[in-house]
Amino acid sequence: MSRENILHKVRTALGRSAGQAVALPPPVRLRLPEVAMEDRIATMRARVEALAGKTARVPTMEAAREFVAGAIAGKTAVASNAPYLVECGISSLPGVRSGIREVGELMAVCAQADIGITSADYALSDTGTLVMMASPAEGRLVSLLPPAHLAVVPRERILTGLDELFTILPDPAALTSSMVLITGPSQTGDIEQTLIRGVHGPGEITVVIVG
Amino acid sequence: MSAEFDRKIHDTLADANLQLAIYKATGQLKDDRIRTTADSVLPDYQELRTQANALKKHTIDNLDHYLEEFQRNVEAHGGKVVYCKDATEVSDFVLDLAKRRGARLIVKSKSMTTEEVDLNQRLAHHGMESVETDLGEYIVQLAHDRPYHIVAVSMHKTRYDVADLFTKELGVVRETVPEKQAQIARAVLREKFLTAGIGISGANFLIADSGAVVLVENEGNARLTTSAPKIHIAVAGIEKVIPRAADLPVFLKLLGRSATGQPLSVYTSFLSGPRRAGEVDGPEEFYVVLLDNGRTKLLPDRSRRESLYCIRCGACLNACPVYRKIGGHCYPWVYSGPIGAILTPQFMGVSHEPGLPFASSLCGACGEVCPVKIDIPKVLLELRGEVRKSEAREGLNRLEKLAFRVFAWVMTHPRIYEMAGRMAASMAPAGDGKWIGSLPSPMSVGPLKAWLRERDLPPSPPKSFREMWRNR
Repeated sequence: MSRENILHKVRTALGRSAGQAVALPPPVRLRLPEVAMEDRIATMRARVEALAGKTARVPTMEAAREFVAGAIAGKTAVASNAPYLVECGISSLPGVRSGIREVGELMAVCAQADIGITSADYALSDTGTLVMMASPAEGRLVSLLPPAHLAVVPRERILTGLDELFTILPDPAALTSSMVLITGPSQTGDIEQTLIRGVHGPGEITVVIVG
Repeated sequence: MSAEFDRKIHDTLADANLQLAIYKATGQLKDDRIRTTADSVLPDYQELRTQANALKKHTIDNLDHYLEEFQRNVEAHGGKVVYCKDATEVSDFVLDLAKRRGARLIVKSKSMTTEEVDLNQRLAHHGMESVETDLGEYIVQLAHDRPYHIVAVSMHKTRYDVADLFTKELGVVRETVPEKQAQIARAVLREKFLTAGIGISGANFLIADSGAVVLVENEGNARLTTSAPKIHIAVAGIEKVIPRAADLPVFLKLLGRSATGQPLSVYTSFLSGPRRAGEVDGPEEFYVVLLDNGRTKLLPDRSRRESLYCIRCGACLNACPVYRKIGGHCYPWVYSGPIGAILTPQFMGVSHEPGLPFASSLCGACGEVCPVKIDIPKVLLELRGEVRKSEAREGLNRLEKLAFRVFAWVMTHPRIYEMAGRMAASMAPAGDGKWIGSLPSPMSVGPLKAWLRERDLPPSPPKSFREMWRNR
């Protein structure tokens, strides 16, 4: 009932009638600079590190697996169902739980794990951002509940920035119910503007670029 | 100005610790904004502001169209849209849904809109536990307080206040190190996230062409609120809608920088509907509450509509010389600073706190930093006019009117002016050439006394300008 009342008030106030057409919204200029891959990688790493994140660059998927094995080093980890992690052989590393498809189990495992391992759909070099879309392959909780997040990203997924992302994906909702942009570790300044990392989300973030 | 407004201002000015806290926090936020919007790092800054303003103008001018498009797309993704006209309708909706689903615990992420409708108190009144999960909001909630700032809500609490609060409310050993305090909150709230039946968030943007709710945050609590519980309810003002997902880069680039000096906040969530088939996690139900609560009152007037462009970044608070002295709790409603000074009178009526539009030096800093270019000083001036008109209707400003009539008469009659000048000089205390802080008793009354409480009069010169001119 309030719907009709509110919409009626809005239309009356604006002098519009129901269903009246509107002009196109003003255009936005999205910039798509040409940036060489090596420069994107360098910027990506610099941005993540400026936010107290860690980065690594490895030449091959095999080397990615080695790097992740070293990072786990006896800790417990949970990996998302990303095919790329399976292809790298990361999902089957010792100490890594993976292949979880039931939400209750995923929540319980993620709440206990030391490290959450994911891939990412894209990365944005300008801001050092990971773009994660929820899907059968990527849950939301893997990059959220454990105190550390490690993402393994093939270099061709590194875009320049937000403008390029929304040019490629003009409607993310067509693909997923949840797209999250992650820029550095969880942080807060709520107590006397003191920068504290890892207040709710992971306090550590590691981006491994492959290739 | 109401006595309460006046009293709160004096209390804040007299509190040296609070003065320092406000000054430091707003100063840091202000400097961070300046650093990240400088021409050398963001040459597009002014163009982005212009685009953001044009997009907001277009959307608000055609608001019904975009609200309907938004609803169609939310529903297409399996979500539901609920329109609410006021606070009661919002809490009734939440309570009813909680009852039907058997939910007893609600986790909340930061939302000024839910502050506006006192959602937590209303839910608590009906026996529903609703826990704030943003660290600052959690501190404020434990202290039974309200946000001090749109962004830095617990700016007025020191680590020692937090230590006392946590010891008293959570029964933990007193801890004064902020990192450890954050860990205490993390542990308590983690348990809440994993057991809550409903997560309530606000919304920074609603995307019409995607039917999406966009949330911008740094802690990860909004992600947890919208990912862990089976039900997600986003509460948003109707003005939050923007046309396209592709418009987001413009706003995201401005919001993080204007609010906290971050090129992009840590987490930006783009949420459209409940978990889809095959997705591993996420809520099973997704609701968007579209709240009026007075917003439609701002629409008829073209220039007033602009106030609805606000993206709640808080930059105008940090830039405001008045906010930086009087802080957030003197303002009579949830919105403080310059934006509060224009939203509150328009939502609640100018007589709610007639002094509010005058609590500004009209220096223009707020308008200069506003990422969506709301002309706040202009609206303040218009609201001052409205206050005066409403006072005139109620016959409240007769004395002031009389005073100005006398003033005008004196100023247009040179002889009288000179006489009045001489009279004033003879009555004023000698003061030995020093500034005069108070007047002797017959003159120290009413408005003149109040005026002099914050100001000093210059000493009267031995000779007036006119006398010097004649004797030159």
